[in-house]
Amino acid sequence: MECAISLKHITKTFGSVVANKDVSLDIYKGEILSLLGENGSGKTTLLNMIAGIYYPDSGEVFVNGKPVEIRSPRDAYQLGIGMIHQHFKLVDVFSATENIALGLDAKEKFDLKQVRKKAQEICDKYQFDMDFDQKVYAMSVSQKQTLEIIKVLYRGADILILDEPTAVLTPQETEKLFQVIRNMRADGKSVVIITHKLHEVLAISDRVSILRKGEYVGTVETKDATESLLTEMMVGKKVELNIDRPIPQNPVKRLEIRNLSVTSPEGVRVLSDINFDAFGGEILGIAGVSGNGQKELLEAIAGLQTVESGGSVKYYNSEDGQGPAMEVIGKNPRVIRNAGIHMSFVPEDRLGMGLVGSMGMTGNMMLKSYDSGKALFLDQKSPKNLAERIKEELEVVTPGINTPVSRLSGGNVQKVLVGREIADAPMVLMTAYAVRGLDINTSYAIYDLLNQQKKKGVAVIYVGEDLDVLLALCDKIMVLCAGRVNGIVDGRTATKEQVGLLMTKLQEGGNKNE
Amino acid sequence: MSSLIAWILRAIPFGTIIMYGAMGEIVTEKSGNLNLGVPGIMYLGGFAGFASAFLYENNTSNPSKLVCILLSLVCCLIASVLGGLIFSFLTITLRANQNVTGLALTTFGMGVANFFGVFILNGKSYSAAPLANSAYSAKMPGLSDLGVAGDILFGYGFLVYLAIVIAVLLHIFLNKTRVGLNLRAVGENPATADAAGINVTRYKYIATCVGAGLSGVGGLYYVLDYNSGIWATTGQIEALGWLAVALVIFTTWRPLNAIWGAYLFGVLYWLYQFLPSLLGFTVASYVTDLIQMVPYVVTIIVLIVTSLRKKKENQPPAHLGLAYFREER
Repeated sequence: MECAISLKHITKTFGSVVANKDVSLDIYKGEILSLLGENGSGKTTLLNMIAGIYYPDSGEVFVNGKPVEIRSPRDAYQLGIGMIHQHFKLVDVFSATENIALGLDAKEKFDLKQVRKKAQEICDKYQFDMDFDQKVYAMSVSQKQTLEIIKVLYRGADILILDEPTAVLTPQETEKLFQVIRNMRADGKSVVIITHKLHEVLAISDRVSILRKGEYVGTVETKDATESLLTEMMVGKKVELNIDRPIPQNPVKRLEIRNLSVTSPEGVRVLSDINFDAFGGEILGIAGVSGNGQKELLEAIAGLQTVESGGSVKYYNSEDGQGPAMEVIGKNPRVIRNAGIHMSFVPEDRLGMGLVGSMGMTGNMMLKSYDSGKALFLDQKSPKNLAERIKEELEVVTPGINTPVSRLSGGNVQKVLVGREIADAPMVLMTAYAVRGLDINTSYAIYDLLNQQKKKGVAVIYVGEDLDVLLALCDKIMVLCAGRVNGIVDGRTATKEQVGLLMTKLQEGGNKNE
Repeated sequence: MSSLIAWILRAIPFGTIIMYGAMGEIVTEKSGNLNLGVPGIMYLGGFAGFASAFLYENNTSNPSKLVCILLSLVCCLIASVLGGLIFSFLTITLRANQNVTGLALTTFGMGVANFFGVFILNGKSYSAAPLANSAYSAKMPGLSDLGVAGDILFGYGFLVYLAIVIAVLLHIFLNKTRVGLNLRAVGENPATADAAGINVTRYKYIATCVGAGLSGVGGLYYVLDYNSGIWATTGQIEALGWLAVALVIFTTWRPLNAIWGAYLFGVLYWLYQFLPSLLGFTVASYVTDLIQMVPYVVTIIVLIVTSLRKKKENQPPAHLGLAYFREER
């Protein structure tokens, strides 16, 4: 087979983080190649280097056998490479035609009618559906994606890269997209699909290449591949982490979620019919490829997310867990707090949702207490004491408790946030990607904090991405896939492959709810 | 009837001043830059134009009208483009806050004009450039003699007609040309424009400077035509500058709307003087200030209506007022 693109020993680092390490990959002409990997495995980074968004630190890129330097998206276009990003690069108030015309070669005459005619020919050839006078803001996500593909083809791309193209599509739209992709292959074009959905990999691609933690694992012919083989290549062998995991002491039910569904403003169903319980004294892990409803689930429990009617989130707030349950759906966070529900939330976006970056530790502590007390002036003293205590106990490295927290390192920011949330003596503690971007020592410090809370009888919900950590830390692991609970497994007995498979392939039982 | 004609004869020149200001600001805002320095730039343009014409008239034995026009126009453009350049450098290159920078530019422009105005005034309460005024306010020969219609349609200086021509050209430029499409893309979604290979920084600089130049002509027209070529301590330019900014919103960023919108604002602004006499009653002086507010009220109503209708085409450029960092994508 002839190579359309060949990558040799590509390495790319961002600061101290290695995104791609010595990756070599061939893309053949007239094939559909899937690039498979977990979140943060470096799939998008690798292909961004072909598309001219990033430039590799070392290594070589060959297009049609010739060594090339791709320094901008424009260079990529000239080599016949087009990438469709997850976030579409379209101007909302422009029509489809205007978007296609944007940035075309200035030497050509500016004639929208001509552009439209040529684009229509592309549509006919590959069987796209497109209304060229429609404005982008009036389009559905799938129409926008189609427009992006037409844009790329219009510029004469022979190699198309699609970054998680099905993440935002309905099954019907996905099938339509796959048909178009097959038409393009029939026309001799090479198509690369970045994905983490196993069944799609098996359905569409000719070959599958797998990346894990920035490194190239291998390539298999799709006809020889099985789900378990791909999963094993994707998640790798189990790594022993030696994280402490005490046996839960008489767990009591703290949280009961029933029939919870959420539809995004774009009309996509991000959570479907979620049912589970969380118990005090246990750590419940939530696994899943990011963007499968984790954020919405936590926000729904925290009262920050509008949910569809019929869903219920109940807290069992009394000491023994036997008292009456309290419904939080339909209540805002302040009402929930005033009702005496002790819940803490450590959000994914630490400096956006969790803390105010330009304020010091004291100020950030005050965010939880500003409306307590009846005095004219704020109570500065107790937040200050709390800040001192957190600094002391969690060993936060900061020049002073009034230094803006945005100047602290990621680990220290997280300690401030977790410390503040724990100080509230919660019944339920939710953390989203609590150790993302943290070094090993800080990560272990955070695990210790979570275990302490667990021993105190708190129901801890830990949303994570590293399967080894989830398997070492959590008592139970709930796996989300496509906004559904795809299985709840015991953290002590589950295997990495089992969880990996649940993350990437929707079980039959899950499908029945549709 | 005669007061109705007088009303129109007052409203159209008034509208022309803010039309220039608004057209300049439309060009600027289409690139995503919100330049609140329009009043200051109109001051700069007006003062530079007046000062150059004044000095030329008084220091030349046989001044020519054509030279006077060219000189004052060029000086006006240089001064106001420099104002735009200050704004561009601060907000595009240094990524300063656009609102703050714009307001500072307004104060700066007023200060510069009034400071150097002291030397022009030279102790007098006003100074005049009669030749420049006669050059700028010269009516169209022949056509303006056709009675009432001639007065209403052709009774103004050439800048009134130039403004209409520019508005039409701007409309064609923004909607029918490649550069216009690119410029709109920069203001709507600079990351997309950047990915399409458009030089966002260059577009923003040029649009802001050209826009400032256009706005500055509004100041020039005010001093040398509308205000009869007299430079006094002219506080009114500032009010006109803000009215121009309001007009941009009123037009929903469309140059063609600026034509009738500007004249409508002119009619509304002079409502207090002409409507009562037209209807045959007098109003107390304290009411006039209230009535002069009407253009602003109309702008607010337009804002409310367009917000309620939520039509995307009537919204400001999506990236208006925000700096663009490529690394942020």
